[in-house]
Amino acid sequence: MISKSDYENIKTVFKREFFAYFNSPVAYVIVVIFLLATMSFAFFFGGFLRTNNASLTQPFFFWHPWIYVVLAPAVGMRLWSEEQRLGTLELLLTMPISPWHAIVGKYFAAALVWAIALFLTCPIVFTVFYLGNPDSGPIISGYLASYLYAIAALAVTSAVSAFTRSQVVCFIVSVAVCLMMTLIGFPPVIEAILKSLPSGMDFVVKGVAYTSFMDHFYEMTKGVIYPRDVIYFLSVVAVSLLITNEAIRAKRA
Amino acid sequence: MIQVENLRKEFGSKVAVNGVSFSVEKGQVLGFLGPNGAGKSTTMRMVTGYFRPTSGKITVGGVDMLENPEVAKRSIGYLPENAPLYSDMTVSSFLDFCAELRGLRGVEKSKAVDRAIEMCFLQGVRYQSVDTLSKGYKHRTCLAQSIIHDPEVLILDEPTDGLDPNQKHEVRGMIKRMGENKVIIFSTHILEEVEAACSRAIIIDRGKVVADGTPDELKQRAGGAVRVSVHGVASGEVKEALSAVSGVERVEVTAGGDQSFAGRAFAAKGRRPADISREIAKLITAKQWMLEDLHPEEGKLDEVFRAITRTEG
Ligand SMILES: Nc1ncnc2c1ncn2[C@@H]1O[C@H](COP(=O)(O)OP(=O)(O)OP(=O)(O)O)[C@@H](O)[C@H]1O
Ligand SMILES: [Mg+2]
Repeated sequence: MISKSDYENIKTVFKREFFAYFNSPVAYVIVVIFLLATMSFAFFFGGFLRTNNASLTQPFFFWHPWIYVVLAPAVGMRLWSEEQRLGTLELLLTMPISPWHAIVGKYFAAALVWAIALFLTCPIVFTVFYLGNPDSGPIISGYLASYLYAIAALAVTSAVSAFTRSQVVCFIVSVAVCLMMTLIGFPPVIEAILKSLPSGMDFVVKGVAYTSFMDHFYEMTKGVIYPRDVIYFLSVVAVSLLITNEAIRAKRA
Repeated sequence: MIQVENLRKEFGSKVAVNGVSFSVEKGQVLGFLGPNGAGKSTTMRMVTGYFRPTSGKITVGGVDMLENPEVAKRSIGYLPENAPLYSDMTVSSFLDFCAELRGLRGVEKSKAVDRAIEMCFLQGVRYQSVDTLSKGYKHRTCLAQSIIHDPEVLILDEPTDGLDPNQKHEVRGMIKRMGENKVIIFSTHILEEVEAACSRAIIIDRGKVVADGTPDELKQRAGGAVRVSVHGVASGEVKEALSAVSGVERVEVTAGGDQSFAGRAFAAKGRRPADISREIAKLITAKQWMLEDLHPEEGKLDEVFRAITRTEG
């Protein structure tokens, strides 16, 4: 299904994009901010040292969605906006490759930047093991949930960036979309909405909440990996990349 | 090698290209001329598979661009307008990247990159970041990218834009040399370039092909003129006599007085300036005017260009 030339083309685009992140300060700045944000939230707001149960769920992973809402668009905004602004889109798409090679290759590069960022938070894992004897299940599922969240937000940003040549516009719109996808599943928000609407509307609100990133994220950080949650995030990625493709095609049609 | 039939492109309600057809064979260099906004770049973008035409058919080396773009694009090298580049790369890493997308690997790739760098005179900036290159060098880097896989078809959108006169000359020479065993289509606003490098020229205006022929054929459309300058006679008299010579359409006086005449006699359609100058020489001998200058002038491409692209404006 995936031929050798597909693989080679994706790899070429991926390599260029990945090194572009590290040729400019973008990747370093974002990784550092991400580390500072996750750590400081865990220690100051999450009460990481106070909770005696040596778990990461509450103090650490709890904040990740909110950090991603801002930082994932910052990483993804250059994907297609920059390509359009520089005019290199024309160069890339007149090469003998399929647009999918470019879309997937570039997306994987951004996803790898996040994998690196997340990997660099591992000192906090060592700390909890040092402090106590935590259950490793929730830690693994928490990391998985966090990474899935990040790549879903990145895919959304990729789709938005295909619509505009301005990185600033892409950033603002992506933050707005990701924020919405997070808020509609955030329990305090849901409760507020449930209270203000007649009870007959409950199923609508719950249905909407079910489509949010947050809903699926929480389930997983509790330590159980349901296939439906993983499938949910992967479908968000797939749909977003399809939208990316359509937006780019519409530009050329 | 390239066949384009009835190409049409609309942007919303605006028609950018309206029924362009042409075909180019191996060994031909085709020049695209036309005023700003005529649709040259849009046509090239369709031929290279970037824009999808609203209607029409494009085949490159027998492969349909719309049905099989990934194969059709293999034989094309393309220099887009304004020479876009990834600003965060060095010249050599950019060329490496392009070579890899063209399917070149290992020794083959480094040979191709070296060759392109040499042909476009980029040795001095090989490891410099694209960001910091001057405009001309940026242009040459993008040009290098288009020839990296030694393509059968080269499509160059304003290849000499932003180059210094020496480089312009080099690039023209390169186009001419490579044109011997490739198909080259290039657009330009410099008319001498067409005469210097093209075996054929197409003039596009408002999305339509308005002229198509060799540069010589196109020049003949402008007709020619004969420059005449004589002494010792009133200019009015000369003008009258010249107008009566057969084949002269009209006479233009550039400097005249009681004792001198300088001006041009324009050839009528289908008459060669050289024939007319013979007639004029006879006239001058008969009248015993003192001759200072008499020589035929060929039609100029820019006159054709202006005449064709201005009329219906
Ligand atoms: N993406 C686009 N959307 C809308 N209109 C466009 C687009 N691209 C080109 N056009 C329009 O199509 C027409 C032809 O443009 P094109 O760039 O092909 O001209 P050109 O012949 O290359 O001119 P120039 O000599 O200035 O480069 C112009 O009127 C332009 O405004
Ligand atoms: Mg143009």
